[in-house]
Amino acid sequence: MKFSFNWLKEHLDTKKSEQQIVDALNKIGLEVESVHPTKNELSDFIVGKIIKTEKHPNADRLKVCDVDIGDQNILKVVCGASNAQDGLLTIYAPPGSIIPKNNMKLEVSKIRGVTSYGMLCSEAELNISDESQGIISLSEKYKKMIGKNYFTFNKENIIELSITPNRPDCLGVRGIARDLAAAGIGKIKPFKNKKLKQNNKKLTVVINKTKNQSCSIFGSCLITNIKNQESPKWLKERLISIGLRPISAVVDITNFIMLDLNRPLHAYDLDKINKRIIVRESKKNETLNALDNKKYNLSDGMCVISDENGPLGLGGIIGGTTSSTEMDTKNILIESAYFDPSITRKTSNILNLNSDAKYRFERGIDPNSIETGLQKAAEMITKICGGEVSKFQITKTKKIPQKEIKLENNFPEKVLGININVKEIINILEKLGFRCKKNTNTITTKIPSWRPDISGKIDLVEEIIRIKGLERIKSIEPKKIRSNQTLNNEQKHFHLTQRSIAAKGYLEAITWSFTNEKINNYFLNSGKTNRLINPISSDLGVLRSSIFSNLIEKVRENIDRGEENISLFEIGPVFEGKNPGEQVITACGISAGYALRPNWNEKGRFLDLFDVKRDLLHTLYELGTDKDKITIETSNLPDYYHPGKSGNISFTNNPSNSFASFGELHPNIINQLNIKTNSLVGFELNLDKYIKLKEKIKKTKISYEFSEYQKSERDFAFIVDKNIQAQELLNLIKNVDLTLIKDISVFDLYDGENIPNEKKSLAFKVVIQSDEKALTDNDINTLSKKIITTVEDKTGSKLRS
Amino acid sequence: MSEIEKIKSEYIEKLNNCTNPDNLNQIKTELFGKNGAITNQFKFIGSKSENDKKKFASQINDLKNLLQEKLDQVSKKIEIDEINKKLETEQVDVTLPERTFRKGKIHPVSQVIDEICSIFSEVGFSVAEGPDVENEYNNFTALNTPPNHPARDMHDTFYLSDDKNLLLRTHTSPVQIRTMLKGKPPFKIIAPGRTYRCDSDQTHTPMFHQLEGLHIDKDINMGHLKGCLNYFIKEFFEVKKLKMRFRPSHFPFTEPSVEVDIGYDLKDGEIVIGEGNKWLEILGCGMVHPNVLINSKVDPSKYQGFAFGIGIDRLAMLKYGIKDLRSFFECNYKWLNHYGFDPIDVPTNYRGLSR
Repeated sequence: MKFSFNWLKEHLDTKKSEQQIVDALNKIGLEVESVHPTKNELSDFIVGKIIKTEKHPNADRLKVCDVDIGDQNILKVVCGASNAQDGLLTIYAPPGSIIPKNNMKLEVSKIRGVTSYGMLCSEAELNISDESQGIISLSEKYKKMIGKNYFTFNKENIIELSITPNRPDCLGVRGIARDLAAAGIGKIKPFKNKKLKQNNKKLTVVINKTKNQSCSIFGSCLITNIKNQESPKWLKERLISIGLRPISAVVDITNFIMLDLNRPLHAYDLDKINKRIIVRESKKNETLNALDNKKYNLSDGMCVISDENGPLGLGGIIGGTTSSTEMDTKNILIESAYFDPSITRKTSNILNLNSDAKYRFERGIDPNSIETGLQKAAEMITKICGGEVSKFQITKTKKIPQKEIKLENNFPEKVLGININVKEIINILEKLGFRCKKNTNTITTKIPSWRPDISGKIDLVEEIIRIKGLERIKSIEPKKIRSNQTLNNEQKHFHLTQRSIAAKGYLEAITWSFTNEKINNYFLNSGKTNRLINPISSDLGVLRSSIFSNLIEKVRENIDRGEENISLFEIGPVFEGKNPGEQVITACGISAGYALRPNWNEKGRFLDLFDVKRDLLHTLYELGTDKDKITIETSNLPDYYHPGKSGNISFTNNPSNSFASFGELHPNIINQLNIKTNSLVGFELNLDKYIKLKEKIKKTKISYEFSEYQKSERDFAFIVDKNIQAQELLNLIKNVDLTLIKDISVFDLYDGENIPNEKKSLAFKVVIQSDEKALTDNDINTLSKKIITTVEDKTGSKLRS
Repeated sequence: MSEIEKIKSEYIEKLNNCTNPDNLNQIKTELFGKNGAITNQFKFIGSKSENDKKKFASQINDLKNLLQEKLDQVSKKIEIDEINKKLETEQVDVTLPERTFRKGKIHPVSQVIDEICSIFSEVGFSVAEGPDVENEYNNFTALNTPPNHPARDMHDTFYLSDDKNLLLRTHTSPVQIRTMLKGKPPFKIIAPGRTYRCDSDQTHTPMFHQLEGLHIDKDINMGHLKGCLNYFIKEFFEVKKLKMRFRPSHFPFTEPSVEVDIGYDLKDGEIVIGEGNKWLEILGCGMVHPNVLINSKVDPSKYQGFAFGIGIDRLAMLKYGIKDLRSFFECNYKWLNHYGFDPIDVPTNYRGLSR
């Protein structure tokens, strides 16, 4: 909503300064977005001073002038005037300005090889006089004005407000004035109606009473024998100042009244209306050529203003071209009506059509402003265009009820925490146009017809404190008491996982929850595709099924930016379906490049799956997972990993329910996405599933016990089938004696010379120690034999001799 | 000179001149070996008369101890000399780079969320959550924004179904509804999370982060709201003084609705929060609208309270001097490294929020 201070002052009698008014507007909830001076065709020209002139190198009659245009800016301007000389105060026209004399737009240009930044002007060029000899010479008193506008007349500031959707009454200047008056910024000026001479001419208006009829009041008046013309200067300037294009007096006046009083009007060319006005619901396949030069296909149930031939306009939204007024229009019908906010909005949404009228009707127009609108329009049109006015004809199908709200005297205090006495409450409300009646413990208030937003007593509290001032509310310090835990179990896990992964060298990324469908398909793993109806762009069209789809893209972007070693992770939702709650918190890490860059000291090594396996497992350990209670599985692997270099993790007691995976990303994906790296590995942890499956961690730790007896180490190397996994052997060995075997590690894997083709050699170091006694050689040998026979019997492997 | 004296002077001299371990071992053998000088002397004890025996034995013992001690001293000295000699050859260029150490970082948005949770934890708020995909009812209707309400224009909503029933939440406010429907008053929660609007330019990203706050009890009024926000903003920006102002505004789900500005100043191009004559809009809040309470099965004649919503990304930008919102989500490796936080830097209220 834009208006000038002068416009405001036509409704508001105030001596307050512009700044005070701006502050007051902000204070009462009419947020000031900007205050800026109006622009007109003369606002570009500023006072400048020639510092130095030099002869143009390529032209005898031209000079190159250094011109001071204020703020220590000196520009070079080429000038042909004989009076251009050092020290001359004159008027400078910058590039972009339009010279009034010839409507020429200035540009930075080369004049005979020298660049000129703008122009120095003669009086004739600025239409000040006919004097075209030489540039303007200003007196010394303009010295102070260097850099400032030369033309100071007719300049005023425009205020732009951001009006919240609940305040349609402030979409007109008078409504804003009313609010300001209530806040103590002056007095609202009384509204004066001129007496009109009204004749009995009439055009029939019918409102069809149907279920979805948007129009409940249709006011009209005929003005005949007018002489439509250009609007007077003041009206044109007023419209231009807020960015509207003047069209003709009739149209400009209807626009002006809309902006001034928030009363949308529409003017029809009476001679183009066939017989009568019918306000009805549209039929399917009807069309409207609207004033925005677009053709709209209407569906059923939209509110149209029509005549015997068909739609003339969409009620409350836009007029049509068939009945539009032109400069030569002689007779007009002015419409001033009430349209239902919700139906108006629905129609405009379907047609994707926005207009100033629609913006107002969908927020709620004062149903009691119909006659005022007609009166004001008739006054202005007859004044400017002449003509005769008919009696106002108001067709009504519904009575708009008077809303009433009862406010308990102590209710404002209950909400606001400060006491406001009844007298003050009534005073504020009445200034805003409410009519109040004091009862014993309550106040009965009648709501003004221009306030559709007020529907309950809480709304009155807002009005009261808005005008009284929110600064009056006393701050109550919060008490430092905590009766509930801040984070629940899931949130604690989230927090810990996040920091645990970051502590392993990964940078945390945050990427969109949506992603590119093509990339997402690689990570769908037979899940569902969940498309957005209106994505921001076609390559962000689906909800992500895995965080990999975004991270892999980010890895590629970083590689293309020249990064070589990348470790990124993200923890956040992935989506299994389109319904609320069909999402899981997942942590996903991805790494590319070297595990160890070759350097002066060590040989380099590329990342492999055992690097991510380490990161994932240690994160799980840090989350409190018992090392001995999880199992690595290689069945049902997600298909986006290398099938031979990836694994799932599950709890040993629930092996088919894996909650995490790790491995090398599938070479085909790397290839198709053209990711230029030597190694790309990653992991995923379904945190929600993990938490659900995980046993609760006990607060008390098992008591710490250690053995004082000698420990021994024994090495075993087995030749086993290639497809037998290390995990299986480790479990077998461990279970040979759970008390004596304290630790097992794999220290060698070999499959080359001296080993049969489909076999491999796996070597284990086993730590043996008793908690009760010093083991004898015999004890250890017995155990060793047991280990060997167990492994050999269960796996068909052989101890390597 | 007795034999003992002779041995003594000979070996003291030998030991004094001894500088290498081989030589030392040689001397050791010469003295204490099977046929060593001392060993041999002990053999003579038996041949001495009963009178001399004791004296002789004690003399040998003394000699043995003396030489042993001397030998140990020399041995230590040789070892030290050896080490010192070795050190001279062990000069490494310590200015060569250290071994690589991979350090991860926490995203500034995550860090700020943790800071916020820590601050609100102090005054008894718990963290609540809701799904990113919401239904139209929780996101709009229950929040007093019925279909065809113009306030829906302020939200450019991403939809997931043609009937516009499923959508990506446009704010964290539906968490209010979910929290209240699930439990019984009083409610005292904050809900940080991802929010989505179909908007993308210099200052808008299609996904961003919001923090919702809700405090409902029997007597929570606007004074509590003011106090709570004043506390939070002061703690968050780690300032002692704060200029804060409430401006009336409109949100369908609160009444009265308020926008909150904080005072700031520009010092050397940096924003200094708390003082100065400039105002910065930082959040929206208000008293929860009775209709919202009714829709959440809370009796508005018994309970009332406040709610607020803050842009988390913007808080992070303000506090840590990050200029471009879009950069948060670009995942530029160098950016993440630069603006990210050390994972051990967990915001706590006893150690402080930031370093």
